[in-house]
Amino acid sequence: MATMPILPNMPALDLIKSFKLKTKQQELLIRVSILCLVYILAFITRLFSVLRYESMIHEFDPYFNYRTTLYLTQNGFYDFWNWFDYESWYPLGRIVGGTLYPGLMVTAALIYRILHFLRFAVHIREVCVLTAPFFASNTTLVAYFFGKEIWDTGAGLVAAILIAICPGYISRSVAGSYDNEGVAIFALLFTFYLFVKAVNTGSLAWSLASAFGYFYMVSAWGGYVFIINLIPLYVLVLLITGRYSMRLYVAYNCMYVLGMLLAMQIRFVGFQHVQSGEHMAAMGVFFLLQVFYFLDWVKHMLSDTKLFQAFLRITVTCAVAVGAIALGLGMLSGYISPWTGRFYSLLDPTYAKDHIPIIASVSEHQPTAWSSFMFDFHILLFLFPAGLYFCFKRLSDATIFIVMYGLTSMYFAGVMVRLILVATPAVCLVSAIAVSATVKNLTVLLRSKNKGVQTGSTKGSSSSKASSKALLDQSQPFQKNGAIALLFGAFYLLSKYATHCTWVTSEAYSSPSIVLAARGAHGSRVIFDDYREAYFWLRQNTPPDAKVMSWWDYGYQITAMGNRTVIVDNNTWNNTHIATVGRAMSSYEDEAIEIMRSLDVDYVLVVFGGVTGYSSDDINKFLWMVRIGGGVFPVIKEPDYLVNGEYRVDKGAAPKMLNCLMYKLCYYRFGEMLTEYGKPPGYDRARGVEIGNKDIKLEHLEEAFTTSNWIVRIYKVKPPNNRW
Amino acid sequence: MGRASSKEDAGTLFHSLRSAYAATPLNLKIIDLYVGFSIFTALIQVVYMAIVGSFPFNSFLSGVLSCVGTAVLAVCLRIQVNKENKEFKDLPPERAFADFVLCNLVLHLVIMNFLG
Repeated sequence: MATMPILPNMPALDLIKSFKLKTKQQELLIRVSILCLVYILAFITRLFSVLRYESMIHEFDPYFNYRTTLYLTQNGFYDFWNWFDYESWYPLGRIVGGTLYPGLMVTAALIYRILHFLRFAVHIREVCVLTAPFFASNTTLVAYFFGKEIWDTGAGLVAAILIAICPGYISRSVAGSYDNEGVAIFALLFTFYLFVKAVNTGSLAWSLASAFGYFYMVSAWGGYVFIINLIPLYVLVLLITGRYSMRLYVAYNCMYVLGMLLAMQIRFVGFQHVQSGEHMAAMGVFFLLQVFYFLDWVKHMLSDTKLFQAFLRITVTCAVAVGAIALGLGMLSGYISPWTGRFYSLLDPTYAKDHIPIIASVSEHQPTAWSSFMFDFHILLFLFPAGLYFCFKRLSDATIFIVMYGLTSMYFAGVMVRLILVATPAVCLVSAIAVSATVKNLTVLLRSKNKGVQTGSTKGSSSSKASSKALLDQSQPFQKNGAIALLFGAFYLLSKYATHCTWVTSEAYSSPSIVLAARGAHGSRVIFDDYREAYFWLRQNTPPDAKVMSWWDYGYQITAMGNRTVIVDNNTWNNTHIATVGRAMSSYEDEAIEIMRSLDVDYVLVVFGGVTGYSSDDINKFLWMVRIGGGVFPVIKEPDYLVNGEYRVDKGAAPKMLNCLMYKLCYYRFGEMLTEYGKPPGYDRARGVEIGNKDIKLEHLEEAFTTSNWIVRIYKVKPPNNRW
Repeated sequence: MGRASSKEDAGTLFHSLRSAYAATPLNLKIIDLYVGFSIFTALIQVVYMAIVGSFPFNSFLSGVLSCVGTAVLAVCLRIQVNKENKEFKDLPPERAFADFVLCNLVLHLVIMNFLG
């Protein structure tokens, strides 16, 4: 008789027992479930602002992207590609089709069409808001495959987890941040992964895929210049370290030629791949590879080495001479344009401050402080060098690539705050290698058996190598305890990282910028929705062909939400036009009205933070207006607005400052306002001083609208007096 | 190294190259012929551009790049099909040729869009 089973005879339990998986299948199940959880995590951690405020587009640039996507879905691709926008940069207009990167808009429109095809009737704004988190989730998947390619699946999983919550990436890809970077980082990592895969396999199909990835990147972001310079640099490093191989030749050539051709289809990029100095490195390496291949082929065919040496010498000198002459001729004749200011300021960080004030004025272009690095990377900052050490220990084509990517991107991240975003995938991958390798070594130690037990069983068989790896050194008795302690430490660090990332996302990177929040006197939350209030006032109370003059920061939002023509906007393509507006803002009212009449301005919009204590208002940005205006019109001199080099708005301020248009528009009727208990009327809470000129009279403008917290103030330009 | 000896060297170089090349298999020679033809076509286009000017620059670029592109792809095919390359010995030549055809297809579709 068989023994009675311990458990009662349940068919369900038998079913579960029959699912007993082999180790390989268990591992696959664990991997897939981790990836699914990471995918969902990357998405939901970016939803803080949607839950706290509402599903809206943040910041300034995304409003332009939203407006163009709206146009694309309403009018179709042909009209979008050939769109001339007469509602911005009055009276110049803007050729939108030829001056934007269409990748983001086309992607969002495609997702919108697919959803509508499946009968999900979503609004395009919802799709736009959630595009960035969706692509962040896809980036985690690409990071997993990339990690698998460079190191192994463990590193891939850790890389996916790290990049899912890394604040450096979250900062530009929260829900609502509908900007190029949200899609571009996915395209960047995808292109790099495909290229490394192509170099590893030497297959034309993977190179073709990487060319398409590069095309997507070019269509998405101007930062594609990083790819087209990093990959030739990588090929050069491989050539120098003696790792030239046929696979490299196949991968780079196919990717370069096809990628260049595809990239030239984007009108904004145009012929830059053959005419711009920034892209010449790629072409140079292309020709260098041809020379390498040719020499390799000749060496293979000739049996006599001495003859080959002679041939080598002749060819190399000829090639270098021809290349140098061609490059020199190109640069001298001006055919090959030098590096543009935007990218030249990355190589020489002091260049922009002296020569191009508009680039220097953008807050994201400032050099990075250590606190930003710590804030955005946390423990990855010291895991990165550890990962570099592991990469150098096991050098291969793929690890050389990730090392180069990491080092170059970290240099650029140090030059400009905004570029921490580009460094984030590299830092996550390299740190993942460190974490994975360390945890693997520690767990191998934990799972090993004692030496005494092993020597009895093995008889010098093939398992000796495996057993020696797993052997504990008898002279260090507490190795296992040490390993357990170190593992606990590692997991503690990682959990601290997760806590930090979530806190940073919640506190620092989830504010929509267009809606401000503060704590009231009793701790309750106060919402300032002034921007949207002002834009909707514009939309509903001004004639449809009214022109609005404001500083370029608000241009995109005014056209998108206010639906009115603006003079300058965030595209900043015409410095003289912006300088004209800056000159108008910094002149006396009589001079300014001449400029405004010449531009057909109907309304002027200023942002003022004196009542609420909002510090990103136009008075704080005013010196940049002076600098930019003064850069084109020497009549505006910065020292006129300063007192002893100090920027003041109170009684001791410079007379030009107290009477310029910006001052008058911001502080009109503010002299009677009581802002804080115990302070005199006209106390500016953002600057912390009582203003100097309280009795302001406007001659040519009249106040049209001031929002409920005085943040946005709109003035109407009065028509000229009747002549008599 | 006097003049005469370097000339001699050039001569021996040329002859040894010629004899080594004669030993390559026929399929590789066909691919080499195709590469030579496309480079020659590219050169003709550049000479023509030098004479007539480069006005529709996109047309000129697409013409030259189609020749250079197909030459480069043919060289990649040659690398992958060449039996002496150890790295590609697992790759069946049919797969290599299929990749070549696919890349050429993409190349020429993009060229046709770019031709203007």
